[in-house]
Amino acid sequence: MHKYNRPNIDTDVIIPGPYLKIHDHDELAKHAMEGLDPNFTNKASKGDFLLVGHNFGCGSSREHAPIALSKTGIKAILSPSFARIFYRNSIDGGYLLPIEIEENILEKIDDKDEIEINLDKNSILNVTKNESYPIKPFSKIISDIIEAGGLFNYKIS
Amino acid sequence: MGMTLTEKILSHSSNSKTVTPGDIIFSNVDKVMMHDVSGPGVIKVFKELEKKGYQLEKLWDPDRVWISEDHFVPASDRISADNVIQLTKWAQKYGIKKHFKYGMGQYGICHTISHEEGLVLPGEVYVGGDSHTNTTGAIGAFSAGLGHTDIAYVLKHGKIWFKVPETMLFKVTGKKPDYIMAKDIILNIISDIGTDGANYRAMQFSGSVVDGMEMEERFTLTNMTTEAGAKNGIIEPDNTTVDYLRTRLGRINFNLIKGDPDAEFSEIFDYDCEKMEPSVAKPYSPENVVPVREVQGTEIDKAYIGSCTGAKLSDLRSAAKILEGKKVKVRTEVLPAAQSIYMKAIKEGLVTIFMESGAVIGPPTCGACCGAHMGVLGKDEICASTTNRNFPGRMGDVTSKTYLASPMVVAASAITGKLTDPRDL
Repeated sequence: MHKYNRPNIDTDVIIPGPYLKIHDHDELAKHAMEGLDPNFTNKASKGDFLLVGHNFGCGSSREHAPIALSKTGIKAILSPSFARIFYRNSIDGGYLLPIEIEENILEKIDDKDEIEINLDKNSILNVTKNESYPIKPFSKIISDIIEAGGLFNYKIS
Repeated sequence: MGMTLTEKILSHSSNSKTVTPGDIIFSNVDKVMMHDVSGPGVIKVFKELEKKGYQLEKLWDPDRVWISEDHFVPASDRISADNVIQLTKWAQKYGIKKHFKYGMGQYGICHTISHEEGLVLPGEVYVGGDSHTNTTGAIGAFSAGLGHTDIAYVLKHGKIWFKVPETMLFKVTGKKPDYIMAKDIILNIISDIGTDGANYRAMQFSGSVVDGMEMEERFTLTNMTTEAGAKNGIIEPDNTTVDYLRTRLGRINFNLIKGDPDAEFSEIFDYDCEKMEPSVAKPYSPENVVPVREVQGTEIDKAYIGSCTGAKLSDLRSAAKILEGKKVKVRTEVLPAAQSIYMKAIKEGLVTIFMESGAVIGPPTCGACCGAHMGVLGKDEICASTTNRNFPGRMGDVTSKTYLASPMVVAASAITGKLTDPRDL
């Protein structure tokens, strides 16, 4: 778990403007979160989670943002809320899971805590503290798109 | 129960009799836009899918698609030059004819092109690979930004999912003082509701002040709804909309669709324009808004008049009125938002006014607004800007600071070298 407890972390911070011309996913990953924590890519590894303040991913619609984060290994992001384009980019591209939590849970999870996410039970287990917290369930279509691995694999019923 | 304009458009586009906020629908799309950043992103999505065996030889309807070269023109380096080459070949392969190319007649910032060229009509569903696609909603369309995968999906299937948004209504009334621009109004609204105040929702504008606005000012309102997190911004079409479109398209017919009289809004906000002050959004958020006079005298290093929200013809006219016969005290850049606007500014003598004041005129580009190239800010530099965002690093170095304001405030600040209320010049 990597915790950045501040609201409105925008896509200019997640992947700054000069890198918009880059479309090589591994190259983008080298600059993930550069505007906030230039050391981020050294910390992140496969299967890690992010815990962030509300309105994560606001600003530009650049899909580079969820791509760069997912290529550093980030599997899911926990936040009280996400900006709408970041949210749908993450799901429709099948990059990572944007998981909505209650605002007070931000305080209960610390940086480096080990957590497990159970989508079937809509809950998070904090292994380090032996606590569990609820998550907001995905709506039917969204969860079907996640299940399919992205929008292109989803069959409209 | 009646439907708001946004709900009505989405009900038609999803072939449903009615829709209710919160419904997730698959909507047909009328028009699609991508630019030289989202375009190569879409190409990448196509390539990855083809590797997995998807058949993507044909688009759903190339005549409904257009491409703008705007972010990295003139090419900032070899990578961005290659991106445009790749995009051009791809557009040719798929038969996309509306490609607004840098250096070949009309081109400019995608959102400005969409209304300058009359590419979207009232009642249509328009999606673009850029967050400020909301701009075009002022024409009375449902207009929303999407990412690369979603645009790729629309290009293939002609439809996309939306969660039907609740609509917030902003009524702006009172006598509008000459020194108040649409930018001041929308900054004050964002200040009140916050940068996520309209997340997942529609922002609709009405009231006597909006009715009295020319289209270009209305586009400033809808453009900045993105900064409040809105899914779309929208204004019901009226005679001003009709005149604007007919000037560009001739006597074509279109549906002047409006919301139902008994439509339900999630919230209604009333603003009295007479009481508003020329305002700025301080670093590092568009919601960090104060009257200019509260920060009057803050020294700046640069004044920037550019972008889809701050370099339309009406913006340039307002700035020129203030700069006429004066000299700038800090480096000042004026970049008209489209070639057609640049041309009108030359014919009206605005470019002469800017150049005589000492300002530099640049070609239409998003470059400096998103901190990519063409005049980025250095360490600790401070900029008064007509653009729409001021997050850390948005216009250059992460330590630089951007104050967002109307073209009048930025022009006044260029003359004094300090943040200045135009009334105090």
